[in-house]
Amino acid sequence: MKQLNLILFTLFLPVCIMAQQRITGKITDSKKRPLQGVNVAIKDSYDGATSGKDGSFSFTTDAKGVQYVTATLLGYATQEQKVFISGTLEVNIIMRNNINDLKVVTITAGSFEASDEGKTTVLKPLDIVTTAGAGADIVNALKTLPGTQQTNDREGLFVRGGTGYETQTYIDGMLVRNPFFSGLPDQPGRGRFSPFLFKGTTFSSGGYSAQYGQGLSSALILESTDLPQRSSYTLGASVIGVSGGLEELMKDKKGSYGIEADYTNLGPYLDVLKPKFRFSAKPVIMGGSANFRRKTSKTGMLKFYGYANKTHMGTIRPSLEHPGYEEQFELKNHNIYTNLTYKESLGNDWKFNAGLSYSLNVDKINLDTLNKSESAKVKNQSELAQVKAMLTKGLGQYSLLRFGGEYQYGVEKAAFNNWPANYVDNYTSGFIESDIYFTPRLVGRFGSRVEYTSRIAKANVAPRVSLAYKLTGLSQVSFAYGDFYQKPEQQYLRFKPDLGYMKATHYIGTYQWVAKNYTLRVEAFYKKYHDLVKTSPDTATSGTGYAKGIELFWRDRKTFRNTDYWISYSYLDTKRNYLNYPFEVQPDFAAKHTFSLVYKYNIPAISTNLGVTYSFSTGRPYYNPTLPESKFMSERTMTYNSIGLSASYLTSIRKAFTIFILSVSNAPNFRQVYGYRYSSDKLRREEVVPNIPRFIYLGMFMNFGIDRRQDVINNL
Amino acid sequence: MKRILFSICLLVGLASASMAQSAQYEAVMGRNVAMLDDSTSFNPDKLLEIGNTFERIAAAEKTQWLPFYYASYCYVMSALMQRDNDKVDDLADKAAVNIEQAEAISPKNDEIDCIKSLVATSRIRVDPPSRGMKYGMESAELLMKANQTNQENPRVYLLQGQALFYTPEQFGGSKTEAKKKFEVALQKFSTFKPASSIAPHWGEAYAKGLMAQIK
Repeated sequence: MKQLNLILFTLFLPVCIMAQQRITGKITDSKKRPLQGVNVAIKDSYDGATSGKDGSFSFTTDAKGVQYVTATLLGYATQEQKVFISGTLEVNIIMRNNINDLKVVTITAGSFEASDEGKTTVLKPLDIVTTAGAGADIVNALKTLPGTQQTNDREGLFVRGGTGYETQTYIDGMLVRNPFFSGLPDQPGRGRFSPFLFKGTTFSSGGYSAQYGQGLSSALILESTDLPQRSSYTLGASVIGVSGGLEELMKDKKGSYGIEADYTNLGPYLDVLKPKFRFSAKPVIMGGSANFRRKTSKTGMLKFYGYANKTHMGTIRPSLEHPGYEEQFELKNHNIYTNLTYKESLGNDWKFNAGLSYSLNVDKINLDTLNKSESAKVKNQSELAQVKAMLTKGLGQYSLLRFGGEYQYGVEKAAFNNWPANYVDNYTSGFIESDIYFTPRLVGRFGSRVEYTSRIAKANVAPRVSLAYKLTGLSQVSFAYGDFYQKPEQQYLRFKPDLGYMKATHYIGTYQWVAKNYTLRVEAFYKKYHDLVKTSPDTATSGTGYAKGIELFWRDRKTFRNTDYWISYSYLDTKRNYLNYPFEVQPDFAAKHTFSLVYKYNIPAISTNLGVTYSFSTGRPYYNPTLPESKFMSERTMTYNSIGLSASYLTSIRKAFTIFILSVSNAPNFRQVYGYRYSSDKLRREEVVPNIPRFIYLGMFMNFGIDRRQDVINNL
Repeated sequence: MKRILFSICLLVGLASASMAQSAQYEAVMGRNVAMLDDSTSFNPDKLLEIGNTFERIAAAEKTQWLPFYYASYCYVMSALMQRDNDKVDDLADKAAVNIEQAEAISPKNDEIDCIKSLVATSRIRVDPPSRGMKYGMESAELLMKANQTNQENPRVYLLQGQALFYTPEQFGGSKTEAKKKFEVALQKFSTFKPASSIAPHWGEAYAKGLMAQIK
């Protein structure tokens, strides 16, 4: 019986000693700042409280003896503290930041990323579309970032003292040989690819990964979108053309396919807006594209993108060489680009990426001094087939190793009247690279690239190193060093196969501070050029040069209500001795100071976005042959000023998501002179100016959901 | 004999202890769920606090889906009522973590899909132009799924109505369509019987409130 009593006593013991104890304390982070909203609890009980503004908490509990107090807060590692409760108790807890993606350092030297995924990316894909004056062109939008030049008279992206040829474009890792439409003299073609095709855009102004080669200055890395969220039709109409498309999400939601066609005719527009020069053939562009995407497994993805396009245009302008006569320039181009990529996780932290691509570009140009001489016919054709494969192995939590190789088969054909000059090039490369996290705050990327091209019959080895160190939660410093090689342009390699590779060595240092709504970047760089192509006295890769500078970028999305703006400034000191230059001088495509301000204002009440982009650059050198050689490139053009305006209005017309866009480039009609061209007798010169100094664009795009389910919801 | 007696005592003791635990669970849940029926609880900080209480209960009662469900509901409501856009994603993340745990315990649950839909909706506000399409679609699909599981759940119609109510007309929103949804929701509320006093039963007053805003 005594025993039973004991048992009963034991059973009711908890009730007997159910006196409540008060637990109080304060929660702080590792820097002793109070943390609010922390969930404090006695483990395995309901007892607990939420910390207040000053980090303090207080609650009562029935628990006694050895217990665990837990503290949880998102973004912090959950803390568990062993305590002994016998009366009122004070528990102070220090919480530490979780090591999550936000806290881990990433390599940023030299690169700007635009994507929806990363929380700290500088730009969103939509920013590219909504930058005023850029006309929804990726490269034009990137010209508002530091490191780029306002070279609107030439094709391509001129980065840090490099030419447009020194920037390479990649789609899903595959090189794009002709990313721009063929243009007329002084009127460069815009980018071929719509920004809507891509979910991520990385613009690297130097020091980029060993995965990418054949670009001395810069890499534009585009990542295509995945499966669409729903099936849809699109329809677009503007003052210069129409477009239509269809995108179908398959029933199992694991695949999609789409087609798109567009027709652009500048004829009617040019009739209204008188251009500076006459057109012998008003620009007409016809194109179509098709895509197919399929999830092959939970982690596997197959993507196909194919594009074909035809353009025809021509101008007639007064002849500089032969006063009183006119020069005709007529261009016919067709272009095909295809890209098939596949990626899959192989398990065990291995990933596999592969791609196949074929492209063809044909330019037929007719040059004619009207009523004076026989016309000259120029034909340029380039064909490129490539295959690339890459394996990535995850090492531990963040580190990784990647390696792979690519092979390109290029056929370059050219003919002047009927004299052909063709060649074939086999290009092979291999790369290996590793991202090593010494700590979550310190990462190093060590890589190397080996290339061999049959035309040059030489190999090169390009080492690349980047380091990044996180100073605080928001700021970091990065450094990059690397060697970059590139084949000389086709027009030189065609006649002189014994040329070598051109080479650039980059040194870059970056400080970056990225908060949720603010970004500050300061970057300094030094780039050394070796073996640039010289055409005088002989064609040889013996040119030299350098570029150095400082760049600033500031973006603020919060200070002003509904306003988002960014400022870029680039200081560039560059000289080179290439082509026919007698010695190292600042080249005619480089300006010393470049400044851009992009301002976007959103009026939610009428769902309208307004944008203004102001760009400025100091004058560029030009060659005045009437001066002695010692004054080569000593004269400067006027400063460049441009203000682009845009307004877009979102609405819906019969369930179709519709956007109206009005954009005006160079709205105040500033005079812009990019350079001067002299006649061979040096008696006359002409200005290099835009043919249409101010372009007014008005257009609309409609997107119709054809997803039946949406209708079902609406009719429930 | 003693051994038998001891065993009986032990059994009774264990049973009473677990009874006590379950009674405590019902009582604590009941008290906190009742707080959610009180409109004065609906401010972001108070909801976070109640959410934390449910999270503590969930941590102690790992086999019950309701504490996770209510924790998530509180967090997502707090996210929806936040004035500071910067806090929305953190709260939505917290809500998402909890609702996933609820779903692991109780899969194919229309109430859980309703909360998941709300989580997607709450994220839109941070960056409507970039996120509207993605999360709007996700939210609508989850409601479709909930509706397929249980056509009698009034909250599904309420949330569909809410989406139509708050979406600007140029993006497919419609006050008149929203009103129709609210009418269906209210009709379903009139016949809806929660499985227990602590089972999800929120929304009727909210539906009436939104309805009143439509002329």
